[in-house]
Amino acid sequence: MIAEIGHFALILAVLVALVQSTIPLFGAWRGDAPLMALAKPAAQVQLLLVAVAFGALTCAYVVSDFSLINVARNSHSAKPLLYKITGVWANHEGSMLLWVLILAIFGGALASFGRNLPPSLHARALSVQGMVGVAFLAFILFTSNPFERLSVAPADGSGLNPLLQDPGLAFHPPFLYLGYVGFSMAFSFAVAALLEGRVDPAWARWVRPWTLAAWAFLTLGIALGSWWAYYELGWGGWWFWDPVENASFMPWLAGGALLHSAIVVEKRDALKSWTVLLAIIAFALSLVGTFLVRSGVLTSVHAFATDPSRGLFILGILVVAIGGSLTLYAWRAPQLRATGSFRLVSREGALIFNNLLLTVACATVFVGTLYPLVLDAVGGGKISVGAPYFNATFIPIMTPLVIGMAIGPTLAWKRGDIWASLGRLKLALGATVIVAALTLWLDSARDLAAVMGMSLAVWLFASTVVELAGRIRLGSVAFRESIRRALGLPRAAYGMSVAHMGFAITIAGITASSAWQAESIRFMKPGETANVAGYEFRFDGVKEGPGPNYVAQFGTFTVTREGRPVATLVAEKRFYPVQKRQTTEAAIHTTWLADLYAVIGDASKGGGWSVRLYHNPLVPWIWIGALVMFAGGLISLSDRRLRVGAPRRIRARPLPVTSPAKA
Amino acid sequence: MASNEVAPNELAPDEVKVGKGVEEIAGGRRPTRALYLLPVGIFMLLAAIVAYFMLSGRDPRLLPSALIDKPAPTFKLAPIAGWENRKPGLATVDLKGKVTVVNFFASWCVPCLAEHPQIVALSKLKGVQVVGINYKDKPENAKAWLTRHGNPYARIGVDGGRGAIEWGVYGMPETFIVDRTGRIRFKHVGPIVPDILNQKILPVIRKLSK
Repeated sequence: MIAEIGHFALILAVLVALVQSTIPLFGAWRGDAPLMALAKPAAQVQLLLVAVAFGALTCAYVVSDFSLINVARNSHSAKPLLYKITGVWANHEGSMLLWVLILAIFGGALASFGRNLPPSLHARALSVQGMVGVAFLAFILFTSNPFERLSVAPADGSGLNPLLQDPGLAFHPPFLYLGYVGFSMAFSFAVAALLEGRVDPAWARWVRPWTLAAWAFLTLGIALGSWWAYYELGWGGWWFWDPVENASFMPWLAGGALLHSAIVVEKRDALKSWTVLLAIIAFALSLVGTFLVRSGVLTSVHAFATDPSRGLFILGILVVAIGGSLTLYAWRAPQLRATGSFRLVSREGALIFNNLLLTVACATVFVGTLYPLVLDAVGGGKISVGAPYFNATFIPIMTPLVIGMAIGPTLAWKRGDIWASLGRLKLALGATVIVAALTLWLDSARDLAAVMGMSLAVWLFASTVVELAGRIRLGSVAFRESIRRALGLPRAAYGMSVAHMGFAITIAGITASSAWQAESIRFMKPGETANVAGYEFRFDGVKEGPGPNYVAQFGTFTVTREGRPVATLVAEKRFYPVQKRQTTEAAIHTTWLADLYAVIGDASKGGGWSVRLYHNPLVPWIWIGALVMFAGGLISLSDRRLRVGAPRRIRARPLPVTSPAKA
Repeated sequence: MASNEVAPNELAPDEVKVGKGVEEIAGGRRPTRALYLLPVGIFMLLAAIVAYFMLSGRDPRLLPSALIDKPAPTFKLAPIAGWENRKPGLATVDLKGKVTVVNFFASWCVPCLAEHPQIVALSKLKGVQVVGINYKDKPENAKAWLTRHGNPYARIGVDGGRGAIEWGVYGMPETFIVDRTGRIRFKHVGPIVPDILNQKILPVIRKLSK
C-alpha cells in the first residue's frame, strides 16, 4: 500500500510539474500576475509529492518489503539500518528518485526564498526548474519505476553490493547530486534571463549563492568518492580518471569558472553572455554526468546497469534541455550588452584568465572522456585514453591557473598593476623559493614535477595569506586597527581566501602522495617485519570474527619507528555470504602528514599472507583541502549580501514588474 | 555596511596609472552572431554522433567491426623479469596455428582476480592456447600473484602500455580470442564471469575450433 502511495505521488508530481513548467511561463509572457504566482505553490506541492514518494521507497527499504523488485534486488533483511536507508539510492531507480527529490528541494527553496526577485524572473526560473522536473519524473515513471511489484515476493532480498556498504560511499551520491542538481538553479536562472532578455548585476547576485552552494556540495561529493576509492579499493590510489569520475569533475570545473565569471557580471556588468553560457554548460555537463553513468555508451568500472531505452530517453532529455537552451542562447545572447569596460591587467582580466583556463581544463577532460567514443562512432577504431593523457594535458593547464589564482585577488578592478601586485606578494615569492629549494634538497630523486607542485601549493597558500594580511593592513597599521579591519571584511572575502587555501592544500597532497608514495607488496608470515619509508611493520597474524552481515578476517600489524611504537593497524577482509563477495577494508593510521596504509590479501599455503603496505605522504591533505574548499564555500554563502533569498539590489536600476512581453 | 562593497578600485589614487592605450576588452567590438550559434552547433553534432552510436545497436563492450576479423596487431613483448626461463614472452607469431585466448591482466586489478578461475578453466581446454599480457605491473607483484592464484598462461608478455594501445584495450581486464590464422575474432571488456564464459566465450571457441 505504501509503495502505491509513493507511485501515485510520483504521478501527481509529474502533473504538477507540467503545470509549473507551462502556466507561469505563459503568465510571464502575458504579464499576468496571478498566473505567474502559480509557480510558487506548484513548486512547493511538487516538493511535497516527491518527498512522499521518496519517503515511501525509504519505508519499503526499512521494513524490507521484498514484494518490490527494487528492494528485493538491492536489499537484505540482515543489513544494518544505515545501509537499508542508503540502499535507497545505491541503485539506478532509487538514485534517480533522489536526483528528482533534490531538484524539487532546490525548486521549493527558490519558491520559498525568492520573494525579492522580480516576479517575472521568479516565475520563469521556476518554470524552467519545473521543465527539468517533468523530464526526469517522466523518465522515472516510464523507464525506471522503483515502485514496481513482484507477483511473488522472495523470502529475502539479494542484498546490496558490499562495496557500497560503507559510510563514505553511502553519503557520496547525496552530496554529488546536491552539486549536480544545484547547477540546475544556475541553468534555470540563465534560461529565464535569456527569456527576459536581461542579465544585470542583480541577476548575477541571485545566481551566485546557488552556484556557490552547488559547487561546494560537488566538491564534497567528489572528495567523498575519491576518499572511498582510497580506503576501500585497497590499492593506495585515490583518482583513476575513470569516465564516471571525469563526469563529476567536468561540472566542477565549469561550475568553478561560472562562480568567477558571475563575479564579473555582478561587479562590472560585463562578461554577461559568457556567464549565461557557462551556466548552461555547467548544468549540461551535470546532465551528461547522469547520462554517462546510465546509458551504456561508455564502458566504465562503475557504470550502473545499462539499458538502451533509458539511454535514448536521457539523450532525448539532453537534446531538448541543452539543445533548446543553447538555441535560445544563440537567439537572445547577442542582445546582452555589457556596460563595464576594463583593461587586460585587472581583477576582471584575472577572472577571465581563470575562466579561460578552467574552461580549457574542462574541455580537455571532455575530449579525453568522449574522444574514444566519437572516434569509434566514425569508424576510427577503438582507443583508450588514460591517466598519461590527463596528466600530460592537465598539469600544464593547472600550473598557470594556480600562478594566476595567487595574483588575481591582489589586482585592482578595472585596471591593475601587475608589478605592484607582485611586489606585494614578495613574501609569498620568498616562501615559494625556500620551499622549492627545500624540496629539491630533500627529494633524492630530484623529481622536478614534485618540486613544481609543492612550489605552486606554497605560492598559492602564502599569496592568499599575504593578500588577506594586506587587506587588513597587518603590520602597517596599529594591530587594533587591523583587527577592526579584519572584522569589517565581508565574509565573501574570507570565503574566497579559505577556498583558495583549500585548493593549495589539495595540490600539496596530490603532489606529495604521487611523488613520494612508498609501497611494499609482499608475503608475510606472522612475526615477520617489513620496512616501508622508515617504519617497521610487524605482522601479528590474522584472526576471524563476525560482523553484522559478514564475516571478517582481521590482520594486525604493529608499526614502530626506530623502536618506538607508532600504531596498531587492523586491516580487514570481509566476506558477505549473501552476495558471496569479498571486500577489503584498508587499515589506515594517519599522522596528518602521512598515512600508514595496510591491506591484507589472501593466505598462502605456507602460512603467509599477501599484504600491501604503503606510506602515503600528505595524502590526507587532498581531502582536508577539499573540506577547506567546502568550508570556504559555506563562509562565502553566509555573507549577508549573498545570503540565499536576501539579495539587496545595490544599483538603483529599476526592473519592470512585468517584463516587456517579448519572450 | 559600506565596507561590504568592493570599490571599483581599491588602490590608493596615487597608485592608479591612468595612461593612454587603455585596452578595452569588453564593451567594445561585438562578436558576430555566428559565434553564438557555435555552442548549439557543437552540441548537436555530438548528440547526433551519440544517437547514431546508440541506434546502431552496437555493444560498446564488443570490438567494433573496424577491427574484428583483422589480423592481430604486430607486437613483441618480453617475458616477466626473472621468469625468462619459466615462461616465454609473447609476439604476434605465437598467435598462429592454434585458437588463442589473449588475456590482459594485472596483479593490481581486482576484477582480474574475479575472472581468474575462469581463465584457469579455459587453459585446461584442449586445442586452446591461453596467453597473458601483464599490463603495467611490477614483476615481483605479478609473480607473487600468479604463484598465489595459479598460472594458466602458456606465454606471458610484459606490457608497459604500448601493447594495450596496439590492441585498443580500454581497461583491465580485457580478453581477445584469436583464430588459427592469427585474426582477432572476439573481444570482451571486463571480467569473464562464469555466465560470460558459458554464453559468449565457449561458443566462440567451439566455433573457431571446428
